[in-house]
Amino acid sequence: MNTLNNFLFIALPYIAIVVFLVGNIYRYVSTQFTYSSLSAQFLEDKQGFWGTVPFHIGILMLFLGHLAIFLFPEATLAWNSNPVRLIIHEGIAFTFGLTVLIALIGLMLRRLFNKRLRVVTSKMDIVIELLLLTQVILGCWIALGYRWGTSWFAADLTPYLWSIFQFDPQIQAVSALPLVIKLHIVGAFVIVLIFPFTRLVHFLVAPIHYLWRPYQVVIWYWDKQKIRKSSTAWTSHRPQNN
Amino acid sequence: MDIRSQISMVFHLDKCIGCHTCSIACKNIWTDRKGAEYMWWNNVETKPGTGYPGKWEDQLIYKGGWEKQDNVLSLKGAGKRKGLSNIFHNPNMPVIDDYYEPFTYKYLDLIESPAGDDQPTARPVSLITGDPIDIKMGPNWDDDLSGSPDYARKDPNLANLSPAEQEAMFQLERMAFFYLPRICNHCLNPACVASCPSGAIYKRGEDGIVLINQNECRAWRMCVTGCPYKKSYYNWHSGKSEKCILCYPRIEAGHAPACMHSCVGRIRYLGVILYDADKIEAAALADEANLIDQQLDILQDPFDPEVIESAKQNGVADSTIRAAQFSPVYKFVKKWGMALPLHAEWRTLPMLFYVPPLLPVMASLSEVDNTEQAAKMGDIAKHWDDNWLYDTSTEELWGSIEQARFPLQYMANLFSAGDTEKVKTVIKKLMAVRIYRRWKTVGDISEEKSNETLQQAGLTASTAEDIYYLTSLAKFDDRFVIPAAHREQAIEMLEDTGDKKGSAGFGFKEGTARRGP
Repeated sequence: MNTLNNFLFIALPYIAIVVFLVGNIYRYVSTQFTYSSLSAQFLEDKQGFWGTVPFHIGILMLFLGHLAIFLFPEATLAWNSNPVRLIIHEGIAFTFGLTVLIALIGLMLRRLFNKRLRVVTSKMDIVIELLLLTQVILGCWIALGYRWGTSWFAADLTPYLWSIFQFDPQIQAVSALPLVIKLHIVGAFVIVLIFPFTRLVHFLVAPIHYLWRPYQVVIWYWDKQKIRKSSTAWTSHRPQNN
Repeated sequence: MDIRSQISMVFHLDKCIGCHTCSIACKNIWTDRKGAEYMWWNNVETKPGTGYPGKWEDQLIYKGGWEKQDNVLSLKGAGKRKGLSNIFHNPNMPVIDDYYEPFTYKYLDLIESPAGDDQPTARPVSLITGDPIDIKMGPNWDDDLSGSPDYARKDPNLANLSPAEQEAMFQLERMAFFYLPRICNHCLNPACVASCPSGAIYKRGEDGIVLINQNECRAWRMCVTGCPYKKSYYNWHSGKSEKCILCYPRIEAGHAPACMHSCVGRIRYLGVILYDADKIEAAALADEANLIDQQLDILQDPFDPEVIESAKQNGVADSTIRAAQFSPVYKFVKKWGMALPLHAEWRTLPMLFYVPPLLPVMASLSEVDNTEQAAKMGDIAKHWDDNWLYDTSTEELWGSIEQARFPLQYMANLFSAGDTEKVKTVIKKLMAVRIYRRWKTVGDISEEKSNETLQQAGLTASTAEDIYYLTSLAKFDDRFVIPAAHREQAIEMLEDTGDKKGSAGFGFKEGTARRGP
């Protein structure tokens, strides 16, 4: 049991993080062409709207929620110290979890029953979709069965996650957790692990820079003014052999 | 003054015969690939008609292009706020069924079917799923279908025509149509570039060609919405948007783009135009009434010493300036004022200009007494029992423009943002040249009348000769004046030519299929 715990909560996280970093950088540098998600809206529009919008908003909120507790555990505990605020916090989180669950099932059925969409679905799409589905089901189960997750996450899991990033993994608290929660944690690391091989990579290239970019983009292949002046023609890149 | 050069085009619609050779040339070179089967970077539409994709001109549906509100220019259906908030699902995007589901036929069944009582048939199958389909739509589905209730009468350009005008347009005897070939306009204020969240689309500074960087495109699909001409297409297989590249590899090598090279009617002209980049913003924000004038005002006289000086300062090559001086586009658009942009009201400042068609305008129906004519006919001849005359005479000089089979308003909706006077001026010039040449070659029109026509249209005999030459006799080199790309300088700037010798020209070597075979 100890070996297994060591593997799942020490080795796996590090493997996942290394693969995540190396994999993403390698894929971005070597085949940037594939570094996005294959949108299927062009092939199926109307049903997709009811799946993809709630799914994306929900999963983004869940991600940010987990991230916030990881970054600000004290603030979370302070907020949760009042029962009313705790219930609101848990309620909102669970709503988003349920939203993602329903939307994800909807999206899976859409892919399953639409022949056009099956043509553009890869094996990895199915793997990551099932993995996300498992993860969301476990998450909802935990929220209902092991209350109150937002608090004990801050108290038990945040220190564990920080210990990983500080290269001093402390797994006593994690090892003592119920199986469902353990599965949820392992699932998260598996997602991080296979992330660079899936369509999830589009999350990393979300077009935030659009906000401060000027609308029009003009690219000059070379500086024509420079190249036409004999005095400056070779100053930036001087040829080596002529 | 910030003078830049732009590869610009003129399509002479009077000469278009609607043969679709341009579309096929383009398809064979660029879009004969998986995921791109439905794309027609070049397509030819019948007007009046709904076009491709269906009703693409109706921006209430597709929300393309720019709109001006309180002197601020913003994208109608995309942009920073609208684009990013709709990033998960683009509500204004055409889907495959708005174009058509690409198909082929199971030809092999014709050969391999076992012998039987029935003739084997080649069933149509979808090029997406491979399943048999019933073809609902295809490329040029509305070809030549003027007057049809499903296509011609749903033309968005008819919106502001009175019901009477619309009915008149579609009377059987008055039925007319013309062809509208369309490629990417390579705009000066491109909405596709502005709407791309990734910044993958850009305008080349050197020649103004608008391109999509396939490596940076991340399938956000906003360009499909942004472009009001619907000339950016989403490849459902590669997950990238694609568009007309103006055959830049051919242009750089001094060849005309494939669609232009192959044009049977020789309707296409391509050349350099010098424009003042400082004027773009004002032109894009012009008042409704000045749209055309201000858009054409950006284009500069390539003989003006001040313009030449400024162009040189910007590094425009002497050979490019010289090409601009011989540019057929400059002649048609600026010198003669005979070509207009398509749908200038979308404010993208398109760099493809159209000489509006004259043919359907020329003839009109007039009421005459046909009894005498009918009496001459024998018993077996068709009895002429109505009193209509298909009138191509030019008794009144400009009368046939007013009584045209196409209301001027319709042409104006397409080519001059609704301003009928602008279109009328151009059509008068076209007619004047025709009358002038008729006097010269047929001689049934008097010289006085010909001169009067020219004068009223604001032309001289020598200008009319020039227009006639470039319209009817122009050789290949007159129609396509392509400046050298000067890639030799580019490579010298970036790389060491000695080291790169023998190794250039390969580049992108990944397969475009991103999901395995």
